[in-house]
Amino acid sequence: MAGVLVFAEQRDNKLRKAGLEAVAEGRRQASAIGGDLSVLLVGDDLSGLETEVIGHGADIVLKVKDERLGFYAPGAWARAVTRGVKEIEPRLLLMSATAMGADLAPCVAVALSTGLVTDCTGIDVDGEKISVRKPVYSGKAIATMEFRDSLPAMVTLRPNVFGLPGTGKPGRGEVRNLEVPFEDADFRSRAVGVEAGDGGTLDVVEADIVVSGGRAMKGPENFKYIKELADALGGAVGASRAAVDAGWIDHQHQVGQTGKVVSPSLYIACGISGAIQHLAGMSSSKVIVAINKDPEAPIFRIADYGIVGDLYEAIPLFVEEIRRIKGA
Amino acid sequence: MKIVTAIKQVPDTETKIAIASGGTGIDESNINWILNPYDEFAVEEALKIRDAAGEGEVIVVTVGPDRVTSALRTCLAMGADRAMHLDDPAFEGCDALGIARIIAAAVERLSPDLILAGQYAVGTDNRQVGMMLAGLLDMPHVSVVTKLEVTGRTLKAHREVEGGAENVECTLPCVITAQKGLNEPRYASLKGIMAAKKKPIEKKSAADLGLDAATIGAKGARVAMTKLELPPPKPAGRLFKDDVAAAVKEVARLLHEEAKVI
Repeated sequence: MAGVLVFAEQRDNKLRKAGLEAVAEGRRQASAIGGDLSVLLVGDDLSGLETEVIGHGADIVLKVKDERLGFYAPGAWARAVTRGVKEIEPRLLLMSATAMGADLAPCVAVALSTGLVTDCTGIDVDGEKISVRKPVYSGKAIATMEFRDSLPAMVTLRPNVFGLPGTGKPGRGEVRNLEVPFEDADFRSRAVGVEAGDGGTLDVVEADIVVSGGRAMKGPENFKYIKELADALGGAVGASRAAVDAGWIDHQHQVGQTGKVVSPSLYIACGISGAIQHLAGMSSSKVIVAINKDPEAPIFRIADYGIVGDLYEAIPLFVEEIRRIKGA
Repeated sequence: MKIVTAIKQVPDTETKIAIASGGTGIDESNINWILNPYDEFAVEEALKIRDAAGEGEVIVVTVGPDRVTSALRTCLAMGADRAMHLDDPAFEGCDALGIARIIAAAVERLSPDLILAGQYAVGTDNRQVGMMLAGLLDMPHVSVVTKLEVTGRTLKAHREVEGGAENVECTLPCVITAQKGLNEPRYASLKGIMAAKKKPIEKKSAADLGLDAATIGAKGARVAMTKLELPPPKPAGRLFKDDVAAAVKEVARLLHEEAKVI
């Protein structure tokens, strides 16, 4: 048992950003613990993807290509990943804590009867010991988890934390096509289509910049302010629980303990007071800006830059200023 | 229609977390325990499906110490028919796979048509047990479901993914994990609360469930928490007030030149 296997998530023949982050972390860990970096690709069209991951340092690329793998089916993907593990026998198996990875990883852990730590923000290998850091209580505390007699150690990585591949050396690049004997039972649960949500394709979890609106939005129509600022920055639209519970915006956008946990480079909270519930979901953002009328709002306690004022006055000025900076 | 809902009791999401002495758990002395918010959606959906079918029962299952009976009573007050409380000193120190094994052992004997659970339990934030339960019982599953329609022995579901929803088809029996948006959980009525007091809660131990002690508890765990700590405090930021236009200009400049994020 040696080396690292990464399940690199792709959709529509494009590697997801979180998948690339997993490959980059896989490269680092393979160099640290020794052995190959192997990357597993699963889907109905994988053309060209092996070249990309080899460029990012993959020594071995495993391809599971099958025409039935156009849409996600947990049973089929679990069988493919389990087959990849049997082929490589890695010490560490990395996946992304995305919608797919979060669904798939526990199925694989059951099939391999091994340990899994989800949504990790750091991996530490010390000789035989692998430990990982994982935010719990939505980031109100950080747990260190250690693997015991667990091979492979399975870890899903929180998106936006580990960084994209740099300009490293390409890997050895041995490509193996794996034949996986899928059974009908593997497709008992399967997606048959995907519907785009109202916020476009950029999800708050994956976005590098998130602009969120809260109670002060007063109604669904005012989210156009948030959208405009997000668009100017190339970011995603988020919301507090108050705004979601009021029905102003879909739950997909909710940041906080019963919504999504995000860690973008820049988080802008507009008209959000900063309930503990919300802070739990965004306090690990690298830079936080808060715009709020109330100078005593708790959000200012964790903001790097706070603007006390009316968001309806501030946001259009902000948009103008950003366009000026970006245009310069 | 026989429906099982697997639930968990968790600290109220408003709870301020403190680390217990020993540094591998939270200080439980001032915690208000509640039914995991996502489990409310699972229970509500189970009740709706049972009532639409006009027959069947909803059985609530949980693992935990004595205090978890209050979460079971909450579900019974909402309208679930009976409950199973899985409790044994041997369960201490389980990882997610261990918990899934315990629930799977209890559920297997019930042969349900459908198992519902919250998409994850707030607190441990593992997001593992629902899928593991499906794997152990050799059932298909659909996770993070925001819309569900059961017709005979198949179902159609919306599953939340990045930037949208997957349309999923699945056969019964299966495991569904519930996401916010699936329904509006009912409040227990006074009548429901009174009725819940008379509904049975069956206790089961490791021996009752025929569990192999080596596969559960601390002994069976493949992952263990070795440290729990609070995140490092953030240094104080800068606050700009009075002139909004000047404040916006300055913050935009700082984001560009100092923080270099735009």
